[in-house]
Parts: sequence; structure tokens; C-alpha cells
Amino acid sequence: MFKRLFIFVLLLGLGYIFFSLVENYQGKTELSGIGRYYAERGADELGSANLVTSVVVTYRGLDTLGEVSILFLTALIIGFVLSGKAAPEKHKFNPASEILTTASKMMIPIVFMFGVYVFINGHLSPGGGFQGGAIIASGVALLLLAQPDKKINHTLISFIESISGIGFVIVGILGILLAGGFLDNRIMELGTFGHILSAGSIPIIYIFVGLKVGSELTSILSNLQETQTQE
Amino acid sequence: MKEITIDNVSIIVGFLLILIGIWGFLTQKNLLKMIISFTLFNSGLNIIIVAIGYIKDRTAPIIDSSVNKANAVNEIVDPVPHALVLTAIVIGLGVTALMLVFALKLSKHKNSLDISKYNDLKW
Amino acid sequence: MILMALVAVHHRSLKVAIIASGIVSLFSSILFLLLAAPDVAMTEAAIGSGLTTIIFFYVLNKIQKSNV
Repeated sequence: MFKRLFIFVLLLGLGYIFFSLVENYQGKTELSGIGRYYAERGADELGSANLVTSVVVTYRGLDTLGEVSILFLTALIIGFVLSGKAAPEKHKFNPASEILTTASKMMIPIVFMFGVYVFINGHLSPGGGFQGGAIIASGVALLLLAQPDKKINHTLISFIESISGIGFVIVGILGILLAGGFLDNRIMELGTFGHILSAGSIPIIYIFVGLKVGSELTSILSNLQETQTQE
Repeated sequence: MKEITIDNVSIIVGFLLILIGIWGFLTQKNLLKMIISFTLFNSGLNIIIVAIGYIKDRTAPIIDSSVNKANAVNEIVDPVPHALVLTAIVIGLGVTALMLVFALKLSKHKNSLDISKYNDLKW
Repeated sequence: MILMALVAVHHRSLKVAIIASGIVSLFSSILFLLLAAPDVAMTEAAIGSGLTTIIFFYVLNKIQKSNV
């Protein structure tokens, strides 16, 4: 009884704080501060048409490195906690319905190709490494739903993940040796604005990030799938 | 009082989602319901961060045929909150997956999902 | 969106609550599009209302199989 009253008072207090925050809020009318700096110089210095991509990969590239390492740690912990005695004889699932098996044979290659398209064109249109990796993981989820007996090769997935991570760090260190700082993209030439081979090393960095995110989410899904048993 | 623009409405919706998430987290007894409330809390927070960077009557921060390259400062919204929220959504997924795996292991150990039965650490 | 959030917290059956949280994520993706942020909308639609719902259902299936 007292716990309920306490929770109610706490929520009222939080509601009052939020209300006073909303009341004093005024929308901005023009860019100021660091957004203005990125908008004025981003397109000319880095040559990429998507300003959010240039912020995520080059101007704040160290945050992307931290986030990729957090995802790596998550996949590692899930693989460690869920390892164990999965009985290999009990994997006899009922086959999925006919609509699902037929449609998935047509749609899965298209979904993978769309995911790769999204992260290769990250610097020209909305998209990038994280979106492409999530689309590839959704394609793998469809594959696991249509064919529940399929075993995904763990050695291949961990090989792709390690090579992408090492490649990302090597491109960053090349930035220190050949150009301004870590993850600078002027180590390759900037090219013409709006073409696919422009903006220095931004496409290469985003390809590594997209492959790494996709393979980590795939390993999480396949670890969860392998602990399922049919009764 | 205040005009009804899209960022005012979004901030109010975001704060309501945060309050509903905190309330569900504190009062529910099932472990999976608490994790669902945490997901709602994350969604509300991301809406608020993106709504702060919105400027009225401007468009997305991508330079193509509709935004001139030399005049981009006067025509786009702030791109820095978009970069922060992009990272935050992916990390939210990672934390939710980790919480779910730990809930799975705990429930196998105690055979129930009710949080009032986990009293190993109580005095 | 607020109605779906209340359903997600209150409903007794867990399957309905998981689907309601997926619908809240879908609505917030539309809100991101209205706030002129296409990158964030794409990410939230793919991750929030796709992968999170699938992972919740995997874990729910595993728990209910071993508790019955």
C-alpha cells in the first residue's frame, strides 16, 4: 500500500519536471553552433552528399568505433551464455507452410542485395552501414523461419566479423599516417561530387561497418535459434 | 499558449512515453513485461532527441537536386542529433537482447518469471 | 501511439504486449519521417519493429516450452 503511494508521488514529481521543461521550450529558428560548422564546410571538405554520413564516419568517427565494439561485446556475451548442451537429435521441426517456403526462395536473394545496395550508397542517399546491416539480419531471420533446420556456419560468420573489424581499424590508422588524423577520409582522392566512387575512403569504411553489424546480429539470431527444441 | 507545431507535439508524446515506461517498469511483476517497458522508454527518449534538432520549414540534411550546395546552411535541419540517435537505437537493441538472454537463464534456474519469488538477496 | 503503449504495459497476455510494442516502434518511425530525418526512420523501422519483436518471440517460445 505504501509502495503504491510512493510510486504515485514519484511519477507526479517527474510529471511536474517534464511539464516545466515543455513549457519553457522554444523551437530554434536557425542553425547555430557546431551544426552550422558541419553544414557550411562538410560538403566541400569531405565531398559526401549525405551530411549525416559525414558526421558519423569522419567528424565523430571515434563514437562509431566505440559503438561497434559494444556490439561485438554483446554478441560475444550472448554466444558465451547460450552455449551448452544442445541435444543434436531433437532438431526435427515441422516444415513451414508452402507459401512461406516458395516465397522465401524468391525473396531472400533480393533482400540481401537490397541490404548491400543500402550500405554501398551510404554517402549519396539516406542509408549507410547500420541500416544495411539490419536489413541483412532481417533477411537471415526470414531464412531461419522458412527452413528451421538450416545450420549457419559459425566459422564463416566469425571470420567475416573479425576481418571487418580489423579492416576498420587499419583504415583509421592509415588516416593517421597519410593525412590529418584518425579516420580522416582524405587518404584517397575526393573525386567528383555525387558519383559512387567519391568522398575518399567513406564507402570503404561504411562497407566494413555494414558487414560487421550484419554478421553480429546474424550470430545473435543463430545462437537463439539453436537453443530451440521441438517437443 | 503554445502553437501546435510538429516538434511541440513530438516532445509531449516523447515525455508521455517515458512516463508510461517508468510506470510499467515499477509496477509490473512479470520479468518480460519489465523489459517491454524498457523498450518503450528507449523509443520515447529517441523521439525527444530528434525533435530538439528540428527547425521549422526546413528539409532533411542531404544535398541533392532540391538543396543547393552553397546555400545549405539556410535549408537543412541540424544533422548532429541524427548521428547520436543512430548510434543509440543500435545500442538499445544490444542491451535489450542481453537482458532477454539473462532473463532466459534466470527463469530456467527458478522455474518462474514472477519477480517477487527472487528473494535470494533480501535481508 | 499512447493507446498502444498503455495496451503494451497492461494487457495480460504476453503475445499481445509484444506486438503492441512493435506497433509503437512503427508509429515512432513515421514520426521521425515527419521530423525530416530519413536515416533515423529507416534504422528505427528495421531494428525496432523487426528485429526486437523477433528476438522477443524466440525467448518467449523458449520459456514457455520449458515451463509447461
